[in-house]
Amino acid sequence: MPVSPARVARGAEGGAAGRARPGARRCHGSGRVTCEAEAARAAMGGSASLLPREALCEYQELTFLSKQEILLAYKRFSELLPKEERENACSARVPKSQILTLPELRANPFQHRICRVFSTSYDGDDSMSFEDFLDMLSVFSDSATSDIKSHYAFRIFDFDDDGTLDRKDLEKLVNCLTGQGEESRLSNMEMEQLIQNILEESDIDKDGTINLSEFQHVISRSPDFASSFKIVL
Amino acid sequence: SLAEVFLPEETRAAAPVDFLQELPSYQSALRRRAAAGGTQERRTAPQGSAGLRAAEARGPEQEGGELGVRPAREYPLSIAEKRRDCQQADIKYLSGWKQWKRTSSKSLKKVLNEAKELSSYLELWRHDIRSIEGKFGTGIQSYFSFLRFLVLLNFIIFILMFSFVTLPTIISEYGIFNSSFAKIPPKNIEPHCTVYKPSGNKGLVYFYTYLKDLLSGTGFLEVTSLFYGYYTIDAAWLSILRYNLPLAYLLATFAYLALSLLWIIKRSGEGFKQNLVHDEDQFQSYCNKVFAGWDFCITDPNAAQLKHRSLQYELQTDLEEERLKRKIADRTMKEKLRIYSLRIFINIIVIAVLSGCFYSIYRATVFSQENSNDVSNTNFQANLLVQYLPSMVITLANFIAPQIFSFLIRFEDYSPAFEIRLTLMRCIFVRLANIGVLLFSLWSQISYCATDKCKACGYNYELYPCWESEVGQEMYKLMIFDFIIILAVTLFIDFPRKLLVTHCSCKPVQWCGLQEFGISDNVLEIIYGQTICWIGTFFSPLLPAIATIKYFIIFYVKKISLMHTRKPAARPVRASSSNFFFLVVLLIGLVLAFIPLGISIAHIPSSKACGPFRSFNTSWAVVPDTILGFPTGLQQVLHSIASEAFAVPFFMVICLVMFYFIALAGAHKRVVEQLREQLVMVRFDPVFCTPKV
Repeated sequence: MPVSPARVARGAEGGAAGRARPGARRCHGSGRVTCEAEAARAAMGGSASLLPREALCEYQELTFLSKQEILLAYKRFSELLPKEERENACSARVPKSQILTLPELRANPFQHRICRVFSTSYDGDDSMSFEDFLDMLSVFSDSATSDIKSHYAFRIFDFDDDGTLDRKDLEKLVNCLTGQGEESRLSNMEMEQLIQNILEESDIDKDGTINLSEFQHVISRSPDFASSFKIVL
Repeated sequence: SLAEVFLPEETRAAAPVDFLQELPSYQSALRRRAAAGGTQERRTAPQGSAGLRAAEARGPEQEGGELGVRPAREYPLSIAEKRRDCQQADIKYLSGWKQWKRTSSKSLKKVLNEAKELSSYLELWRHDIRSIEGKFGTGIQSYFSFLRFLVLLNFIIFILMFSFVTLPTIISEYGIFNSSFAKIPPKNIEPHCTVYKPSGNKGLVYFYTYLKDLLSGTGFLEVTSLFYGYYTIDAAWLSILRYNLPLAYLLATFAYLALSLLWIIKRSGEGFKQNLVHDEDQFQSYCNKVFAGWDFCITDPNAAQLKHRSLQYELQTDLEEERLKRKIADRTMKEKLRIYSLRIFINIIVIAVLSGCFYSIYRATVFSQENSNDVSNTNFQANLLVQYLPSMVITLANFIAPQIFSFLIRFEDYSPAFEIRLTLMRCIFVRLANIGVLLFSLWSQISYCATDKCKACGYNYELYPCWESEVGQEMYKLMIFDFIIILAVTLFIDFPRKLLVTHCSCKPVQWCGLQEFGISDNVLEIIYGQTICWIGTFFSPLLPAIATIKYFIIFYVKKISLMHTRKPAARPVRASSSNFFFLVVLLIGLVLAFIPLGISIAHIPSSKACGPFRSFNTSWAVVPDTILGFPTGLQQVLHSIASEAFAVPFFMVICLVMFYFIALAGAHKRVVEQLREQLVMVRFDPVFCTPKV
């Protein structure tokens, strides 16, 4: 994927600077914790790991989540980690198999695509860091704009990651909806008819695929999208 | 090579996007965004190719560091990338004024967020509705949200009526805050019309009389502030202020009707817009079903399994329906004739069924009124039965008629979606018209005048000295009975059925199975109750309080019933179309409630023996009376507004405005069509296509 040169340059030096250092504020002097960390701890009901207040404010600004939601997300995320890693929850990565045990994702037919889209792991193993997790919750929250939601919905539905929804993508999408298993799939004729109808409704330039703009256009007229594209912890 | 794959696609994809940005909907969205923060000529519509990431990166750079224009979180980037862009923006030098603006807007946003978080704790039943959504999906959740809306609406109506009507009466009657009251001066009314002696249960009475009174609103309840007859005060004096109670009573009635209307319209704003603007049946569109089909909030694997099945069923049914439509278009003339004559015949049967219902309600009401006025109460149970006869007949009709309709519609050979809608329309009509028939039969009894003495009063003064209280009592009985039936059905039908299905494994029982949670049936039930409440509040000001408590309890009853004794519907109900449908039917109920109230207030003479409108001809007459007390200038203004010289030009102006908007919408539609055609042509235009390397 093409990456702008500016970003590459920034990535090298800016990466470490802005990231929250969760370990820094925990203990001071005689072992008493600082007031801000204590506030975060009190809000979370005394669990072992802490989310620094500065990071909390930053996440509030950069995502659509409220303070309670971020703290709850932190709690749930640290529960996915083994006990030894919980102190560094902010920088740890949770393997995909663990993420999929969350009840919100367990029953979701798009679970693999969600992990793939939101994971920023360079290894391609779809593991998620805490910030990826927050990203995901932010996009799926109540207050996210429909622009953001439709953008990410497009990426989730784009099974082959080629930037357009072609017939194969649509077929996989419908199969995800109707369920795994042979008897729950639509017949070939029905699938053809369905894909034909979808393309008729949404493919404006009639090239046989749906690009992002067409998708966002059709979603803006879909009354159910905002209420169904939602995950709340 | 990489360039070969990406470059032509990017340039090719650029052109359609330009055209998409000419669309009127996009332009208006742009205008709205520009008004919200800063000017932008071209939004970065990220390209359709794999240059997605590049386009995203381009976004914030084009902004030039003015991230205050569009908050960082609205960019489709990961947190790390947004943080870097924020820092990039921070590095740039911002003037002192701009920095102050940014920090103040940030702190304002923080304060608003805190306020929103606090107010979300006050939301009623937030956790319950979330858990229902997780287990059953958004369709059923919309029913419970609707129930919550009705609880709040009824509570607000109660507060309105209580504070403007009941509270001043109670304060002045008991002399709190140094208040006093003035009784209505006796005008030249026939003395026989003013005789009203409610029994009030003096002396030693049996215990069951209290129970009977509680259930039918007579006896000791009749003289309380629950009913219209209690409010006999003309004006209350709170220190030096004169509080005109009759006027307040009438205006509070209009206020709660207007409040309900505005609140419902506001709530259904979105649904109306969607439905009116688009010609195609947007709720049924395939894109909506596929792209917005899955409820991401489902957490229960069983519910997910059910959702898969229902989605499969829905898609298959819709595809089949489309094939059916094509077949219908190929029908021969002979077949069409046969089907239309069959439909006319079935509609005649439907009308016959409806007439049967209405006639039986009429007879039951007349019988009940004639026999319950016999003061010689022989049997407690028989008397109660007679009192509740109209309610029972209505409930029976509401139960039987839909079954008949869903049986008949199979012969009419409509498409499945239309079948459902037509049955629903017929059921709605039955339920709401039943209330109308009840009220009509009550009025025919009340205004039946044979003797001259009776005609002098304007209503049947012997049987109904205080007819508004009678009507209030009927509405009260309907509401109580409705509540009892809902509880009884859950206790005595749903739970035993569940026990039977779980413990008895014989074939017929298992084939029957659990009942589905029929959303439309449940919604019609509560809308029926709400219509009764709207009509009855004028005659019984404390009725909304009873309605609030009733719906509050029904929420928990329905929730328990849903969780333990029901299975979800096979055909999924979509949240958007449900919300729209609920509010449209509620609106129909409200408009239908206007009619009986209008007739009672303006047409039927108010009773001269009780109530605040004793000295007026009709209840409405208090308004012209008050206007006559205004200064002459104001009177003239009001008279001119109500005259024809104002009304006719006003009507014409409204028509012109309407025609303007229709023409505008037509022009927009034409532009959209032209642009669509151009988009298709552009693909083959040699200017935009670069040959592949």
